[in-house]
Amino acid sequence: MSTAPARAPEPALETVAIIAGSRGRRRRDRSVDPIPWWLAVIGVAVAIYFILPTLFVIPMSFGGQGSFQFPPKEFTLELYRNFFTNPKWIGSLLNSLLVAVLAASLATVVGTAAALGLHNLAGRVSRLVRTLLMVSMVTPAIVVAVAVYVSFLQWHLVGSIGGYVLAHAAIGVPFVLVSVTSALGGFDPKLLRASASLGASPLRTFMRVTLPLISRGVLTGAVFAFVTSLDEVVIALFLRSPTFQTLPVQMYTAVTVEVDPTIAASSSLVVVTVTLLLLIPLLARPAKR
Amino acid sequence: MTDLMSDPVEAARVARRRRLDANWLLLVPALALLTVVLLVPLVQSFIRSISTPSWGFDNYVKLFTDGVTLTVLGRTATTALVVTIVAFLLGYPYAYFMTRVGDRTRAILLVVVLIPFWTSVMARNFAWLVILQRGGPVQTALSWIGLGDVQLVGSQIGVTIAMSQVLLPFMVLPLFSSLSAIDRRLLLAARGLGSRPIVAFWKVYWPLSRGGVVAGLILVFTLSLGFYVTPALLGSPQQSLIAQLLAQRTTQLLDFAGAGALGMVVLVVTLLLVAWANRVGGTISAIGVVATSGSGGRR
Repeated sequence: MSTAPARAPEPALETVAIIAGSRGRRRRDRSVDPIPWWLAVIGVAVAIYFILPTLFVIPMSFGGQGSFQFPPKEFTLELYRNFFTNPKWIGSLLNSLLVAVLAASLATVVGTAAALGLHNLAGRVSRLVRTLLMVSMVTPAIVVAVAVYVSFLQWHLVGSIGGYVLAHAAIGVPFVLVSVTSALGGFDPKLLRASASLGASPLRTFMRVTLPLISRGVLTGAVFAFVTSLDEVVIALFLRSPTFQTLPVQMYTAVTVEVDPTIAASSSLVVVTVTLLLLIPLLARPAKR
Repeated sequence: MTDLMSDPVEAARVARRRRLDANWLLLVPALALLTVVLLVPLVQSFIRSISTPSWGFDNYVKLFTDGVTLTVLGRTATTALVVTIVAFLLGYPYAYFMTRVGDRTRAILLVVVLIPFWTSVMARNFAWLVILQRGGPVQTALSWIGLGDVQLVGSQIGVTIAMSQVLLPFMVLPLFSSLSAIDRRLLLAARGLGSRPIVAFWKVYWPLSRGGVVAGLILVFTLSLGFYVTPALLGSPQQSLIAQLLAQRTTQLLDFAGAGALGMVVLVVTLLLVAWANRVGGTISAIGVVATSGSGGRR
């Protein structure tokens, strides 16, 4: 807030600031136009509201086998031990991971193909297709869950891995589509012609030229599709069966039926894992920008 | 001569058409997946709602004449409205704050939004249950200031607090993408021309931010309409919302047709609102782009 002393704006400085881009402009703004203190207070308060649940979940996970007490009376690893030894918990974790890997793979392949196709197409129909593919992002999960449940009952997909994978892949596609599309934004189509003129087949061009250049977008999309599947609970609640249920469903049961504090350990594990996963695309971006 | 000229042109046209076909082929897997998981179930659900027990719109008429459904619809709309207002009152200043701080602080503020956005809805709802429960930290704090008897869990208050937190990213992300596109020098110009800060904000900044505001409001409102987990965990069965009614009709009463009709109403309202927001502010893509862009507001 006190990086530069306040001074009268000079035309030359103004030009330099514009050329220097946002960093320079902001620094100038600050001297003339400081951030009000109340804005900073609100900003920090809302930030705390955002992370408050996470702050509670981690200490809870070191509590004992009582009920959902906060603060916990003792600090033990009891809940973690239970998580990793109780077949209900570890089994649902493995189910979730299996579904998430398969769903993310499917969503990534299908979504990347669609992004490539849409990138080369123009016009009303392709815009319509893009909107259609994005629509699951805003369709209420419960409406999808109820409709999918009844249809999947007829198709014998309820309680099967196939059912989970299809449903979770469908809700993961928009994220792959968005991140691959934005990666394709910086892609130079002349490279395709160059590759073709050197005699490469379309598939070879894709594997050797396109894919490496958009790999970060594909990776980001895959991570988001994976996380979306790992976290999805509403559709999974309807697709569950006594023999196959995912971790979020087991967590839901732990709160509503069993009052099982192991959910605190599983919440912490999920929060930490997902945070680390999200850092991958963040760290994978080039440092120069 | 004409042959020599027309041949390459024709060849190029054929090649272009072939490339076009290949591009459409690339869309087939995604559309097939979408058809199996979304389109066919939703269409089947709609057909069931107008064909069972007999053809006609009886199921829809029942929704709007049945007292229970109407009450739940009203309660859901009220809750959604309150959550939307809370999210707006917290989200606008936060998004504005994000546009004002330095690059590093902004990256941290964005991570603060994105981490909860991406991490377990179940973990967060569980945490709210612990925080707001009877004898929990918030109630203890409230009792210190003499408000110990406020029931937070099992009431609409708890549902509103937790839903607002879960949905806040959907307010902040489109707002941030809209606010960071506004040129602040316009505000400085207004101030330089003698406008008071509040007037400069109201006359210059606010109108420019309206696209993001509409997008955020509509997005949070529509998502609240279909919220299931939070009201199920933090609310009470006596005060259920549409989603719980929908689940109950489907799994307990096995009234697939009635549930289908209710689901269709929610879906149509949601899609109409989203389509409107999309025209104003580009909601869906804004969410996707900001949410997947990782750190920093700059591309």
